[in-house]
Amino acid sequence: MTPLLEVSGLRTHFTSFGGTRIVKAVDGISFTLNEGETLGLIGESGCGKTTTCLSIVGLLPTAARIAGGRITFGGQELTEKTSREMRRIRGRSIAMILQDPMASLNPLFSIYRQVAEPAYYHQAMRGRTLRRRVQDLLAAVRIPSPAQRMRDYPHQMSGGMRQRIVGAIALAGGPKLIIADEPTTNLDVTIQAQYLDLLKDIQRDTGVAIIFVTHNLGIVARMCDRMAVMYAGKIVEHGSVRNLFNGARHPYTRALLGSITRLGSKEPLYAIPGQPPNLARLPSGCAFHPRCPDAVPRCSTEEPPEEGFDDGWTVSCWRAAAEPARKEYDRTSA
Amino acid sequence: MTAPVLEVQGLKKYFPVSTGGFLHRRVGSVKAVETVDFAIMPGETLGLIGESGCGKTTTAKLILLQEKPTAGSILFGGENVVELRGDELMRYRRAVQVVFQDPYSSLSPRMRVRDIIAEPLEIHTDLSRAQIRERVIEVLQLVGMQPDVADLFPHEFSGGQRQRIAIARALVTDTQLIVLDEPVSALDVSIRAQIMNQLERLQATLGVSYLFIGHDLAGVAHISHRIAVMYLGQLVELAEATELCAHPSHPYTQALLVAALPAHPDDPQVRLTITGEVPSALAPPAGCRFHTRCPRAMPRCSQEMPVRKEIAPGHSVACHLYG
Ligand SMILES: Nc1ncnc2c1ncn2[C@@H]1O[C@H](COP(=O)(O)OP(=O)(O)OP(=O)(O)O)[C@@H](O)[C@H]1O
Ligand SMILES: Nc1ncnc2c1ncn2[C@@H]1O[C@H](COP(=O)(O)OP(=O)(O)OP(=O)(O)O)[C@@H](O)[C@H]1O
Ligand code: SF4
Ligand code: SF4
Ligand SMILES: [Mg+2]
Ligand SMILES: [Mg+2]
Repeated sequence: MTPLLEVSGLRTHFTSFGGTRIVKAVDGISFTLNEGETLGLIGESGCGKTTTCLSIVGLLPTAARIAGGRITFGGQELTEKTSREMRRIRGRSIAMILQDPMASLNPLFSIYRQVAEPAYYHQAMRGRTLRRRVQDLLAAVRIPSPAQRMRDYPHQMSGGMRQRIVGAIALAGGPKLIIADEPTTNLDVTIQAQYLDLLKDIQRDTGVAIIFVTHNLGIVARMCDRMAVMYAGKIVEHGSVRNLFNGARHPYTRALLGSITRLGSKEPLYAIPGQPPNLARLPSGCAFHPRCPDAVPRCSTEEPPEEGFDDGWTVSCWRAAAEPARKEYDRTSA
Repeated sequence: MTAPVLEVQGLKKYFPVSTGGFLHRRVGSVKAVETVDFAIMPGETLGLIGESGCGKTTTAKLILLQEKPTAGSILFGGENVVELRGDELMRYRRAVQVVFQDPYSSLSPRMRVRDIIAEPLEIHTDLSRAQIRERVIEVLQLVGMQPDVADLFPHEFSGGQRQRIAIARALVTDTQLIVLDEPVSALDVSIRAQIMNQLERLQATLGVSYLFIGHDLAGVAHISHRIAVMYLGQLVELAEATELCAHPSHPYTQALLVAALPAHPDDPQVRLTITGEVPSALAPPAGCRFHTRCPRAMPRCSQEMPVRKEIAPGHSVACHLYG
């Protein structure tokens, strides 16, 4: 089966100070996504998750450009598309949901107008058919009494409802891929759980593939089939969620898994020492080496290559090949 | 039996709401906190959990005397702190400190770390400059920072380091209780664990009490000895943390437990049975405030407000299902 999306060797750089400073926000990442699959993209603030997503959908800010690599979606090479072609792809086959729903909604337009737009432009729907379509989409994201609520404006909705409206807009073009960038970070826990259930239902009904960006491993455990762990612009480990939760091969993944608070557990958390790195001043060799409890001398000078294992499991760590996958560290605290 | 550090009884806070206009007509009030009761013991962490707008920060502000209660009392050493004056008030202000969620806005950008930490000592004590200097270094080391950071400014630190500075400041006055209002919510995952562990270590060595506010049940349960669950201004359940996770009894607490994210993909996944949104605190539902979303609501629930009662030793619930 050819994958729905194939990203290979993607590099996206920000240039600032008149070209004198280059931030390699995405530095040679590769992954694939099949139809109907959910990939969790996980990592700490500033590691390049959003930049990866924006590279795929062609919405990079002007300071950024794709410096290398390929993004193949449904057989088409996205890095070669014009911005007009990309707009068409965004209206139909790839939808993006952002963390802050107000960034995607226009406060001056009614909910109806905003949900109707993709069907109006890309599917030429009009009149009663269009109204029906909008009502169906709002009902699909569980907005109560859609016929009335579609006349409202964004400020009349709660945060959870706004995020569901953005979900309705994302579904409007019948996408094959939804990229959701921390869509529940601002939602309350019960509202978050409702939203996650909703996304699962939509996926079951439509077979859409999802890239779920988050820094919350609990969301990955609940939602995703596979996960890619990013650190300083690179994917350091990629594999099935179950495999990684049962025993990861990269020390950073293990450390992240060790810092999860388990309901009802009082064991001390595993804390990674140090701070997440600054991409403008990256450590040499393996970028994780100043914080890594397993580092060996070569880690500070040579960058580890990507190693492949069974099940599409890949790891970039000098010690991955020599050591079995294992669970978290002994919970001695840092 | 030891006496609590702080006890809150029948605490209420209504915020008046007025129309724009030049007459400022009062149109009603937000019932932000209504009849909240709890006690915090020495060396104990009481977790306070609930969804956005349920009144957690308002409760914190009432304790910190940043807001005046509409009714109820806050007892410290048996005295109502709302009525304290002079030396007694100073003593209370030294004993109770706070750390807020946002480590970026809570530290004054123009002050050096040394002066930020020393400020409570300068206001609330008459220590000499040398004594203050010494104490600042002492608390910096307590939170795991080098003494030489004292001369830097907050912008030179990451979020996690700033939160350590805020904790150092909260500890500087021989504090008995620190109110922690979502202290790790704004931090990166790897840094959260550092701060949580640090807080636990400090409590073990200093015996300080915490009121730990949060909305992530697993995190709050991890650090807390007991947990109070709030919904729309009211305290609906209070129990030992382990008891609350094992036997959640209020339907809202049960929903929070179901909504908590799994720690492993093979953990059993239950669908949430509550629906809808949290109603406005401006017009809270009559009777039980949770009845509009409660999967077990009975006719009585929309008329009578349930009173919190003990259902097991140290475990109390406000719900008609329990008599
Ligand atoms: N406009 C910009 N100019 C220069 N550098 C930028 C710009 N926007 C982002 N960056 C850098 O690119 C890196 C990746 O940013 P990105 O937003 O992709 O991270 P992220 O993983 O989504 O983080 P978060 O979890 O905080 O959303 C960051 O280190 C950031 O400093
Ligand atoms: N100064 C104020 N004037 C009017 N209403 C207020 C004021 N402060 C808080 N409120 C209202 O009181 C209620 C409780 O707010 P509070 O900030 O205590 O909630 P919270 O539980 O801390 O929420 P969050 O999790 O979002 O921080 C909310 O409905 C809020 O809008
Ligand atoms: S390559 Fe070395 S420093 Fe990097 S994660 Fe592996 S052991 Fe740690
Ligand atoms: S009192 Fe009634 S509505 Fe309220 S939580 Fe109990 S059963 Fe539900
Ligand atoms: Mg981002
Ligand atoms: Mg608050």
